[in-house]
Amino acid sequence: MTTYSIIFYLLALLILGSTAMAITRRNLIHVVIYLIFSFFGSAMLFYLFGAPFLAVLEVIIYAGAIMVLFLFIVIMMKLKPDKERLFPLNQWLPAAFFGVVYIAIGMGLVIAEPGSRITLKTAWADPGLFGQYIFEKHWLSIEIVSLLLLVALIGALLLGRRSKKVPTASAPEGEK
Amino acid sequence: MIVPFGHVLILAGLLFLMGMVCMIVRRSLIMILLGVEIMLNAAAIILVGSSLLWQQLEGQSIVLFVFAIAGAEVSVGLALIVWGYRQTGSVDPRDYNLLK
Repeated sequence: MTTYSIIFYLLALLILGSTAMAITRRNLIHVVIYLIFSFFGSAMLFYLFGAPFLAVLEVIIYAGAIMVLFLFIVIMMKLKPDKERLFPLNQWLPAAFFGVVYIAIGMGLVIAEPGSRITLKTAWADPGLFGQYIFEKHWLSIEIVSLLLLVALIGALLLGRRSKKVPTASAPEGEK
Repeated sequence: MIVPFGHVLILAGLLFLMGMVCMIVRRSLIMILLGVEIMLNAAAIILVGSSLLWQQLEGQSIVLFVFAIAGAEVSVGLALIVWGYRQTGSVDPRDYNLLK
């Protein structure tokens, strides 16, 4: 057991533990904070796997931008602390059964597959070389994805614009 | 030498399952979107791991696009949630029954 494998198992424990804490919390702000821990763990995992550029991007985009966006939305909306309960037992028991079967089959598949027993070797993808590779081999995809981000920006702006008269807003108000 | 590739697969599979549970069980649109984020992150982990296994840069370049798609998805998704919140005053999917 090398130092690298110890680090991997610690990181795996950290990621799974903080994600499990996140998906069970009631308070949405706690959820977001736990998920930031989880994404930091993933960033360190990327670094361990020899992708320093992606580790930096994970911290900037996921832990930075996306989670802060969620935090803003959670803070700005006045959400009622609703009492969400789990589904009735006869509803979620079959789902839990299928989930456990899925886990068992998946793990069996992973263990039985000979390719999964290959030990990973340490490597290092230099950020400069990685950028060169991206812009040589995938330049068209980069352009398409940048257009997608532009479209998402415009869509978010259009959706977020407060319209003067919302025709459907009166219907739910009357019911309450 | 780090670990067998199977352990990376199991880690990413468990993370993906957690995201799916979060998406299905929690009754809040924000938690549903967070579940999608967790699942995308699990996919990114598996792609970086396989990129290390085959010593190729393809996996890492796909992860770059996964990040871009996650950013686009979360911006449009949150704008939609804010829009729906203005219409119905709640983020509970059960309250989104304007067509009834």
